[in-house]
Amino acid sequence: MISNGPLIGLIRYGSGNLRSLENALHRLNVPTVVSDDPAKLGSVEKLIFPGVGEARSAMERLTDAGLLSWLRSTTQPFLGICLGMQLLFDRSTERETDCLGVLPGTITRFSSGKVPHMGWNTVEPTGDDPLWSGLPPNAYFYFVHSYFAPLGDFTIGRTEYGQGFSSAVRHGSRWGVQFHPEKSGADGLKLLRNFVERC
Amino acid sequence: MLTRRIIPCLDVKNGRTVKGTQFVDLRDAGDPVELAAQYAEGGADELVLLDISATLEGRSTFLSLVTRVAEAVMVPFTVGGGIAAIDDILRALDAGADKVSLNSAILRDPSLLEVCARRVGSQSVVAAIDVRRSGASWNVWTRSGTTATARDAVTWARETVERGAGEILLTSMDRDGTNDGYDLDLLRSVSDAVSVPVIASGGAGNADHLAAALTQGRADAVLAASIFHYGRLTIAQVKHTLAEKGIPVRR
Repeated sequence: MISNGPLIGLIRYGSGNLRSLENALHRLNVPTVVSDDPAKLGSVEKLIFPGVGEARSAMERLTDAGLLSWLRSTTQPFLGICLGMQLLFDRSTERETDCLGVLPGTITRFSSGKVPHMGWNTVEPTGDDPLWSGLPPNAYFYFVHSYFAPLGDFTIGRTEYGQGFSSAVRHGSRWGVQFHPEKSGADGLKLLRNFVERC
Repeated sequence: MLTRRIIPCLDVKNGRTVKGTQFVDLRDAGDPVELAAQYAEGGADELVLLDISATLEGRSTFLSLVTRVAEAVMVPFTVGGGIAAIDDILRALDAGADKVSLNSAILRDPSLLEVCARRVGSQSVVAAIDVRRSGASWNVWTRSGTTATARDAVTWARETVERGAGEILLTSMDRDGTNDGYDLDLLRSVSDAVSVPVIASGGAGNADHLAAALTQGRADAVLAASIFHYGRLTIAQVKHTLAEKGIPVRR
């Protein structure tokens, strides 16, 4: 198959399962490289940072892999997914973990309703962003998480579950989404395409 | 607003979808990859694939099927049936499944739940509980519903969550395949007892049954097989009925 588009790096750390993301990018016919090597990841055009497991062990694995300072400083366009978005914040109350500190604020656990927040929920874009290009205003995306990010200047998408939280964030060339675009049908694929082509 | 999930279930034996009544009497209902893709296109919020093959060849066929389903659909899916150890779970997730449901294995060794939750996270661990009414309470059954245990369903549900299950798939064996409606008392009792989502299973015959499970039964999601496989109802029709009753669904 002939691939086109920019080379996308998938950051692998620990034993995370990247199969769904690889399948989704394959559908978009986008070339990908999966790696935990900062030198190799530094040479791709854009990065996707998936989340695996819980905050503390994820931060430990990033530290062990020597990815931490590179992740904090890289200026490559970057999309964090699920825990990959949460790790952008200062800290998480999940096992009291210091995170990357790219965004201000603390990740906390849902205190009401069934936890995890699991299933399809709407995302309300809170401003224009290339990530939302061509998507309906209250598109459904698939969520599965027990901890959530606060609302702030960085919020570009808002979702309600007992309370409002940031379901999508942006800081310069870094984007983050709490939901799983790779599991969110046609709209999820559209969002990934937007990141690849427009961000 | 979080929507309620409609989940078609595919029972797979030696690479084909089958569906029986009260766990026996299997009929052929089609190619699983094709069916999975059709359901995802038609609005299924998730899928469940249960391997009911009894042989080793059947099991390896199932794993390659999981890989093909992951390529064919972009909605989450759970796999279950015969999963006995952490290695089986890692293989299923690596093949592209999002969650794994555990049934007999955790009844034999409940600590497997802790092992799994630590290794892959609770969000990927589903406790599947098959129950049969016994007087005023419900007994847990094991080995594909062939053997009774001494466990009470509500107590066991609570324990699976304490040990790390992120979701419960609750099947009423009394209702399974009957199309008489879900066991609402059972659903309510378990749903109120645990902090994680509960999937109702066993007994769906029409859209009103699904609505009742989500309202009176307080289930977070509903699983159904035969009403979808034999074309009695489409997922869109079911969601239309639920929406008319004010139940939030993704459309």
